[in-house]
Amino acid sequence: MSLNIIVLAKQVPDTRNVGKDAMKADGTVNRAALPAIYNPEDLNALEQALRIKTKFEGTQVHVLTMGPVRAAEIIRESMYRGADGGYLLSGREFAGSDTLATSYALAAAIRKIGKVDLILCGRQAIDGDTAQVGPQVAEKLGLPQITYAEEILHISESEVTVKRRLEKGIETVKGPLPILITVNGSAAGCRPRHAKLTLKYKNAKTVSERQASSTDYTELFETHPYLDIPEWGASDIEHEPQWLGLAGSPTKVKQIESVVFTAKESKRLTPADNEIEDLIKELITNHTIG
Amino acid sequence: MNYYNNNPALKFQLSHPLMQKIVTLKEQNFSEKDAYDHAPRDFEDAIDNYERVLEIIGEICHDIIAPNAESIDQEGPQVINNRVQYARGTQENHEALTQAGLYGISLPRKYGGLNFPIIPYVMAGEMVSRADAGFANIWGLQDCAETINEFADEDIKAEFLPRVCQGETCSMDLTEPDAGSDLQAVRLKATYDEREDIWYLNGVKRFITNGDAHIKLVLARSEEGSTDGRGLSYFVADNNFDHTIKVRRIENKLGIKGSPTCELVFTNTPAKLVGTRRLGLIKYVMSLMNGARLGVGGQSVGVSQAAYDEALAYAKDRKQFGKAIIEFPAVYEMLSLIKAKLDASRALLYETSRFVDVYKAYEAIEATRKLTPEERTDYKEYQKLADAFTPVLKMFSSEYANQNAYDSIQIHGGSGFMKDYACERIYRDARILTIYEGTSQLQTVAAIRHVTTGNYLKQIRYYEAQPINPEFHSLRKKLITMTNLFETATNRVLDAQNPEYTDFQARRLVEMAGHIIMTYLLIIDASRDDMFRKSAEIYQKFAEVEVRKHATFIKNFEIDQIDKYKIG
Repeated sequence: MSLNIIVLAKQVPDTRNVGKDAMKADGTVNRAALPAIYNPEDLNALEQALRIKTKFEGTQVHVLTMGPVRAAEIIRESMYRGADGGYLLSGREFAGSDTLATSYALAAAIRKIGKVDLILCGRQAIDGDTAQVGPQVAEKLGLPQITYAEEILHISESEVTVKRRLEKGIETVKGPLPILITVNGSAAGCRPRHAKLTLKYKNAKTVSERQASSTDYTELFETHPYLDIPEWGASDIEHEPQWLGLAGSPTKVKQIESVVFTAKESKRLTPADNEIEDLIKELITNHTIG
Repeated sequence: MNYYNNNPALKFQLSHPLMQKIVTLKEQNFSEKDAYDHAPRDFEDAIDNYERVLEIIGEICHDIIAPNAESIDQEGPQVINNRVQYARGTQENHEALTQAGLYGISLPRKYGGLNFPIIPYVMAGEMVSRADAGFANIWGLQDCAETINEFADEDIKAEFLPRVCQGETCSMDLTEPDAGSDLQAVRLKATYDEREDIWYLNGVKRFITNGDAHIKLVLARSEEGSTDGRGLSYFVADNNFDHTIKVRRIENKLGIKGSPTCELVFTNTPAKLVGTRRLGLIKYVMSLMNGARLGVGGQSVGVSQAAYDEALAYAKDRKQFGKAIIEFPAVYEMLSLIKAKLDASRALLYETSRFVDVYKAYEAIEATRKLTPEERTDYKEYQKLADAFTPVLKMFSSEYANQNAYDSIQIHGGSGFMKDYACERIYRDARILTIYEGTSQLQTVAAIRHVTTGNYLKQIRYYEAQPINPEFHSLRKKLITMTNLFETATNRVLDAQNPEYTDFQARRLVEMAGHIIMTYLLIIDASRDDMFRKSAEIYQKFAEVEVRKHATFIKNFEIDQIDKYKIG
């Protein structure tokens, strides 16, 4: 059995350990201050895909990402960990996409890729936290979907069994292939980069990256064609312009507020149940948690 | 965070001028670039490869191995049905390194290795040890594969080496209850079965690190009736876990608790001969031992680094009398001395590794073609330097790891004595370093002949002639004075022509040489990068006092005073 798997991945600013200069004065994310990383839950999704590849020889895992040219880094990162390759969807037509326009573009790219048995992606990205893109892609492709997956327990050519992690427990469900699955952060972490694959693919580049580099890659890419990371612009996918980028994005940001915590005083609690309960209520009320 | 990226001293060592020669020899002019997609095309490509792989290791060390160290220390391995079961964290570490393809990194590509030189391999060992010195043993025993690669027949190589690259672990089974430092006394018996054309092993081994490994290199007595080292041969045994090799017990140790130290019973264990009969101890074990001593050098530097990391973090954080304790002279002096000893032993570690790299690369070339006379001279020169530097490295780096771990606890004060801080584990883990793979006392025995033959002095004079930053000329002047003291002391001892007297003073003479060498290395390094300036200056002051101390002792010592030291 050999499956064609697509992993949807996103390069995001690392918002997990933010410092003082994480936000700009106007309330937008200061991308320069935050390193660009592989969205953590997309790595969980990649691991699920690689496990299937390990088990079923001939299975192909490709990563699809939409973003600026530098987002090719996460395709390379995926190849270091065992993916067969990837596709970068890039171009100014995609700029300003909300989840609707993003899922429209990704769905079009998946149609172009062709036969796909399984699409895996992280539950949500740490910059937007919407958890919308996966389900929207499934809808646009007319595929069934399973969300909040923690583990793919079993897969055959026609069916997949998935353990879902829900708020109040776990649920085991089956679904027919082809299908889209969003993977939870509680799933197994991704395997490390493999030494030999890292050395093999370290020069993998998109055409834009090659053009921007001072090194001449012509000869290397002629003898090592696997180093080419396909880069698609809007003209490479079937689309209607009004659904792409800013035009296709009904979500408008009304206002951004930069919240700076100012409370300096600490509060002492005794380990009594009612005090802890009160604290939890307070934190829920002021939206610190929940 | 990454143990490679956060330590610029490692990257610095990769930029040493000798790297060009090492890489060119090792890659034999990049002849494999078309045969393997992970082979480098040129020098820069090779260095970039090393860095990328070291980054992977550095990440695994920081993210997986270091966080697991504490639970492994508490849980330890167990014996279940005569088999070793690693602690949970050990299994995780091993799995991560296997998944990342980080076993067999110095083995040839045709067996699945990365064909890396010793330098990046030692760096990897240093980082793994910084994360968990006990686990470093299990990972570091891939050294055994080096011995197989160097001395075994092609069919043995083809059988075992690819398995090492896939993550099967190794052990080197030398020690027995009555054969510790004196390996000539090994008794485990090897009997040849002519009909089956196979050897069988019978007997007991003790203190065997990772004793339940998949692949075992065993020193055994193959020549019936013999009693010395010339009756010993070297064997490779495939541990089929079929109870021909039983783990009788795991020692309960002071430190490196995650590394299972086993007592083993061999009962008709089938084995294959490595290389030639009778050369087991005198050739192969000596070679393996040199590799292992270099490994302990890397392990020691890793432990020193860990001790320094912990001490520095605590001294910055801990406030007493209204300020961080790092601001008190007694504490900052201790910290900067830890750092100086760390930097000094690391400089020595990579200098030694470079010598080993050059001569090993020639050795590999020699297996494929005849060396030119110039190459041969060069080969022998580097081999001699490697032989001279390895015992000094092993002795100093392991002693410094202990001193640094001791001072790290001291800086922690009462808290350091509690199990709450990592420094107490580091202190316990450090303790074995001056003992195994040859005690410091035995390193002195190996090193003293390079004092008497003048090898150290010759190399010291070579360093003396190296171009350095003019700002360090005054330090060099002091080093020349120290070198003269060393020479005078050496002559005084040798003039007596009394072997026992030489042995008595050996440690002092070897230490004098070591202090001078390390100071030179730091000054040369500081001339290339200012980050070593402080350590160069501080270590020189420390070394000068140590050299003068030994010089005074030797100068004031009369040969007949030895008797005063004899007890019983």
